[in-house]
Amino acid sequence: MVKLNAKTLHNEEYFYGHKACGGCGESLALRHAMKVLGPNTFAALPAGCMAAVSFIYPNMAFTTNAMITPFAATGAVASGIAAGLEALGIDGTQTIGIAGDGGTADIGFQALSGAIDRNDDIIYLATDNEAYMNTGIQKSGLTPYGTRTTTSPAGKNLPGSVNQKKNMFEIVAAHGIAYAATASVGYLEDFLAKVAKAKETRGTSYIHVFVPCPTGWGYPAHKTVSLAKAAVDSGLWYLAEYEKGAFKLNRNPGSFTPVADYLKAQSRFRHLTEEDISRIEAARDAKWENMRRQWQG
Amino acid sequence: MSGVKRFICGDEAVAEGVRLARPHVVSAYPITPQTIVVERLSEYVEEGSLKARYMHVESEHSAMSCAIGASSVGARAFTATSSQGLLYMAETLPYASGARLPIVMMNANRSIATPWNIYGDQMDAMFLLNSGWIQYYVEDAQEALDMMIQGYRLAEDPEVMTPVMINVDGFVLTHTYELVEIPLQEAVDGFLPPLKMPLNSMSLESPKSLCISAGNDTNMEFNMKQHFDMLRSASAIEAVDRAFGETFGRTYHGALEAIDTEDARVVLITAGTVTGTARGVVKALRAAGKKVGLIKLRVLRPFPVQRLIEALKGVEAVGVLDKNISFGYEGTIFTNVNSALMAGQMSPKTLGFIGGIGGRDITKANLEEAYGKLFEVLEGADLDRVQYLNVRCDY
Repeated sequence: MVKLNAKTLHNEEYFYGHKACGGCGESLALRHAMKVLGPNTFAALPAGCMAAVSFIYPNMAFTTNAMITPFAATGAVASGIAAGLEALGIDGTQTIGIAGDGGTADIGFQALSGAIDRNDDIIYLATDNEAYMNTGIQKSGLTPYGTRTTTSPAGKNLPGSVNQKKNMFEIVAAHGIAYAATASVGYLEDFLAKVAKAKETRGTSYIHVFVPCPTGWGYPAHKTVSLAKAAVDSGLWYLAEYEKGAFKLNRNPGSFTPVADYLKAQSRFRHLTEEDISRIEAARDAKWENMRRQWQG
Repeated sequence: MSGVKRFICGDEAVAEGVRLARPHVVSAYPITPQTIVVERLSEYVEEGSLKARYMHVESEHSAMSCAIGASSVGARAFTATSSQGLLYMAETLPYASGARLPIVMMNANRSIATPWNIYGDQMDAMFLLNSGWIQYYVEDAQEALDMMIQGYRLAEDPEVMTPVMINVDGFVLTHTYELVEIPLQEAVDGFLPPLKMPLNSMSLESPKSLCISAGNDTNMEFNMKQHFDMLRSASAIEAVDRAFGETFGRTYHGALEAIDTEDARVVLITAGTVTGTARGVVKALRAAGKKVGLIKLRVLRPFPVQRLIEALKGVEAVGVLDKNISFGYEGTIFTNVNSALMAGQMSPKTLGFIGGIGGRDITKANLEEAYGKLFEVLEGADLDRVQYLNVRCDY
C-alpha cells in the first residue's frame, strides 16, 4: 500500500462546509478519515459536535451517505447499516461510526461493545477531545484528572476532574477485536495509515484519535496540531495498535517533553499545582512502564 | 389460496408472519413474553427457511437502532419487544418515524414496573402513542400473523412510509395456542413484493444525509408533514386490509370492526384480545333482547375518528375498556374516544372502564357488568365517569 501523506493523499473532499469552530481537531480527523475511506462510505454519527455542525437542513457537510444516530446508538446504527447493505448485496462500501469521547466511553459504550461482540464489519472512530464539548464543556468518562470543565470546576476543594481517563483502547482490545489503534491529529500520517488499515480489516475496527478542542480546552486555534503532538511527546497520550491479539507501541520515545508545558498551554489545566502535575507525571510513568513491560515483549 | 393450518401460539404466529414477510434483518433482545418470537426467528435463520441476518444485540435500544440502520439503506427490518424493553428503546421510536423508515415491530403488551409484573396490560404501548408509529392491536393469533404481512405492506406504501407497531396481548395471546392458517409463501410474495429502494434511502447512486437537524425555521414543517401523512394513512389502512382480503379471503374491517352496532343503544369499545370475550357477551345479551353492540378498535394511531363517528351514530351510551391508566386522569382510549365524539358533535353518555391491569382477568361477568352500567346511566343513574373492573381494594 502507498504510504499516505500530504503528497500522496488525493484532493477529493467528502466532509466540508460544516460549521465547526476554527481550529477544531475533531473535524480535522473526520476530514482526513473520510479522504482515506472514500465516496462509498456510510457514516453514522450520534449527537455531538460533528453531528450538530454537519446536518443543518438544508446544508449537509457529508458528500457521502451519512446519518445522525440516537446518542447511545452509534455502534448499533452502524452495525445495522452494514447488515442492511450486506443483506441487499451492495458490495464495496465502508460503514463507519464516528462518536466523541462521551458518545463512546459513556452513553454509547454498550452499543459499541455489542457491535464488537458481533464482529460486524464496521470501523468505529472515537474522536476524543476529553469532554462534552457540544453541550458546553462538561466532564465525560474520558476527561483526565485535573481538568476544569463546567461540571468539574476547580476550586479550593477539588482540582477539577478527579477521575482517571477510562482506558478505552484496552477495554476495546479486551473484546478480542479484529483491529484497534490509538492516534492523534498531531501525527496525521500515522492516523491515515491506521484508517487505511481499518478499511482493509474484515470485522470490527476501532480507532481512538486524540483531537484537541480550542473552545473547550482554552488555547489559540492555531495550536491544535502542536498540542496534539505535545500530548504524545509528553507521554500523556500514546500511539499504539492491537492486532491479532497483540499490542504494539508505534512510538516509544526515549524521553518525554515536560508535561507542564503541555498542560500550562491550556486554560483547562492552568489551575494545577506542582503537586497535581507531579501526580499526573507519576500516573504517566506508571502507564508507560506497564505498556513497555507488557507490550514490548 | 389457502395455506396449511397449524396449532400454534400467538408468538409463533407472529414469527410465521415475519418469516413470510421476508425481512432482511432481524435485530432483537429477549424479553418475556416476546421471547418465543425471537427464538423461532433465530431457528428459521439457522435452518435457512428465513434468509435474514439475525443480529444479537445487547439491548432493546440497540435492537431498534440496528433496525434503523438497516432500514435506512432500504433493507426490510423487524424487531420485537415488550414492556420495559419498549420503554428502553423509546427515544429511538420517534427517530425511526421522523426518518420515515418502514420498520415493523411486534410489541407483546405487558405491564410496566413497578410493581414488577410480566403479565398483560396495554400500559406499555400507550406510552408510545405519540411516537409517530402506526399502532395496531390484534385479537387472536391469526390476526397477529396476518398483521405482520399487512404491516409491511402499509409501512412501505410510498404515501405512508411510517413504521408500524403490532400490539399482541402478553400471555393471553402470545402464549395461547390456536389453530392458525399459515398463508402460502407465493401468495404472500404476491401481496408483499420485495421492498423497492425507498426515495429516502441512503444509496451509492444517490448519497444522502438522514436524520438531519432542522431549526425553528423548518422544524415545524417537518413535523406537520409527518403528522398529515399519518392522518392520510387512514385510507391506506383500509385499502391494505381490503387487498389482503382479496388475496387471502379474510379481512379485519380496517381500523375498526363494528359488531351489532347498527341498532345498538349501548356500545362497548375494546382493543386487543378482550374483544373475543366481549363478542360472546354481546351474543348472549343480544339473545336476551338487549340492544348492545361492540367496536373492536384495531388502530389507535392514526385514530379512526371518522369511522368511530359513523359506527356510533344513534348510539345512546358508549363504554370504553382501557387496559391502561393514564395516572392522574383516566384510560387513554377513553380520552381519545370522547374527543372523537366531540369532533362528531355527538353526545352519547360515556363511561370509561379500566381493567386487566397487570394481567388481572376481565371476565364475561365483568363485561356484563359494564354493559349493565351503561344501561343504568341511560336510565338516569349518576355513576362515576370512570369505573374499575374486578378490583380488590378500596380506592
